Amino acid sequence: MISLNNVHKSYVTGTNSLHVLKGIDLEINAGEFVSIMGSSGSGKSTLLNILGILDNYDEGSYYLNGSLVKDMSEKKAAKLRNDLVGFVFQSFNLISFKNAMENVALPLYYQGVNRKRRNKIALEYLEKVGLLDWATHLPNEMSGGQKQRVAIARSLISQPKIIFADEPTGALDTSTSYEVMDILKEINDDGITVILVTHEHDIAAMTQKIVRLKDGRIDEIIKNGDLKHFQHQYAKELETA
Amino acid sequence: MFDIDKWQEIFATIKKNKMRTFLTGFSVAWGIFMLMILLGAGNGLSNGVSENFMRDAVNAMWLWSGRTSIPYQGMQENREIRFTNADYDILKDLEGIEHTSGRYYIGGNLFSYGSEYGEYTAITCHPDLKDVESIEIVDGRFVNQVDIDQTRKSVVLGKDIYDALFDGKEAIGEYVRVNNIPFKVVGICKEGGGTRHRNAYIPVTTGQKVFNGSNRLHNFALTINAETIEESQAIENRVRERLARKHKFDATDESAMGSYSKLEDVIQTMKIFQAIDIFIWIIGIGTLIAGVVGVSNIMLIVVKERTKEIGIRKAIGASPSSVIGLILLEAVMITTIAGYIGLVLGTGLMEGLNFIVEKQFEASAATNGGNGETLFRNPTVDLGIAMSATLLLVVAGAIAGYIPAKRAAKIKPIEALRDE
Repeated sequence: MISLNNVHKSYVTGTNSLHVLKGIDLEINAGEFVSIMGSSGSGKSTLLNILGILDNYDEGSYYLNGSLVKDMSEKKAAKLRNDLVGFVFQSFNLISFKNAMENVALPLYYQGVNRKRRNKIALEYLEKVGLLDWATHLPNEMSGGQKQRVAIARSLISQPKIIFADEPTGALDTSTSYEVMDILKEINDDGITVILVTHEHDIAAMTQKIVRLKDGRIDEIIKNGDLKHFQHQYAKELETA
Repeated sequence: MFDIDKWQEIFATIKKNKMRTFLTGFSVAWGIFMLMILLGAGNGLSNGVSENFMRDAVNAMWLWSGRTSIPYQGMQENREIRFTNADYDILKDLEGIEHTSGRYYIGGNLFSYGSEYGEYTAITCHPDLKDVESIEIVDGRFVNQVDIDQTRKSVVLGKDIYDALFDGKEAIGEYVRVNNIPFKVVGICKEGGGTRHRNAYIPVTTGQKVFNGSNRLHNFALTINAETIEESQAIENRVRERLARKHKFDATDESAMGSYSKLEDVIQTMKIFQAIDIFIWIIGIGTLIAGVVGVSNIMLIVVKERTKEIGIRKAIGASPSSVIGLILLEAVMITTIAGYIGLVLGTGLMEGLNFIVEKQFEASAATNGGNGETLFRNPTVDLGIAMSATLLLVVAGAIAGYIPAKRAAKIKPIEALRDE
């Protein structure tokens, strides 16, 4: 599904160049539930943006669903995003002047689905995340957890193969965080690959595979079976902290 | 372009961003509105004054004789100069002269028909006077060449004389007595643009014969074939030199022969109007530029404000062209509709003003024998100009929206998303 080979990325601001990703090699298979972890500045969000074709990379290669993603035209990238990928952001990124239903339906607008049909589908997806009663509310009338659930419904409506979530629980309290994670888990159970970025260990522990980044390189990859070990290490880290 | 869904999306966006829409629209509507008012007012002033001016043919020239004030070729000053029929023949064939008419005045004429009578001016003339003084024929005809050749006793009555003597009865073919001599009425006329129609016109040859004028003419009315002041002056000089040679006076002697060319005045006045026109256009263009800047400014802000929205749309699969298309269509639609509103309001106001002005004109015309005095008439704007101005604003708004929209659509969605 996803295959990264020696991917480098630098941000150039003025004369300064910040080397964020220093050679990432990563394989993610279809149906996996992966979290990317790391401290601030380790490059985890950058990696997710590259995976989601929201950002480009400087060196190496990235294959998404078998096709090379490099120096793609914006038009082609947009098409690929629309077909394959759904996004969930920390700051929700809902369009403020559209109500919940219209926000959820928007990806279908870009697929050319007519208004009546896409609104009907949007209502189905809102029901799935338990927000059918909120369909006509604007984002600023909803709580953070509700907004995030709308955003998840929006990411699902185009029936993507992969969901990318950038700190989906970052702006939420613990109980709503768990609700959101439950929804993401359900999505994964339906066979959709879910990749999320987080710096919270308990959130990461709910996934099947943890990719830990450190200074722009992959520090370690912890598989499902090792999670006990991970939790042990997490406890140790807490002790030393 | 005519994708209903796209329009629904645009209308939904407009509906939920009323303030933004209003500001964009207002700047366009106001610009067009002001332009319409300015150009309309300028046109109104220009129309009003030029209408006052056009009463006689604009290229008319008059010549009259007097007494010499400068000694010439050994002859004393204070010698009387008299025009004759021979001068008419000279002027008629002179280069640059279109229409010529000599005039011989008969003073103190009593006009009578049946028991009605009154005192009016009888002017004896050539047929060309009709063109020189823009005489309008109400009924019948003007003096013609046959009248001149056969010295017919024909008369063309001014409308006021007709009203006084005939009071609405059929006059053509009837005989009117002028100083007790019967003349056959051949036409009824109005002075071009004048307010009183108290002159009667008689063939010049008849006048000279019947009223003992022999071959004498009092003055000449001409139209000249000139377009500039220089041409007009050249013709005037040619006329003066020719007649001075014949009558033996100094060509520069204004007292021996007076001359006045209307064209020179008209051209001078027209120059002032051109200056006013240019002034109005400068203000108009200034207003337009202000409008363009206003629209561009608002479009820049609108697109800036929407950068994040663009990022979101792109993240969920919008292509750059669809994002640009959305913003541009919205901008063009708002500016077009607003421009149209400004156009309608401006035109409406000027038409309303026109209505009031026409009412006033009619009121003043009623008290002034059919001719109103006004300095302001028909204050309307050429629709083509108004349309072009609207189009210009729409295009300016589109360009001003397109440049930042293109930039916003081109940057990576992640950068657009980061924009707060």
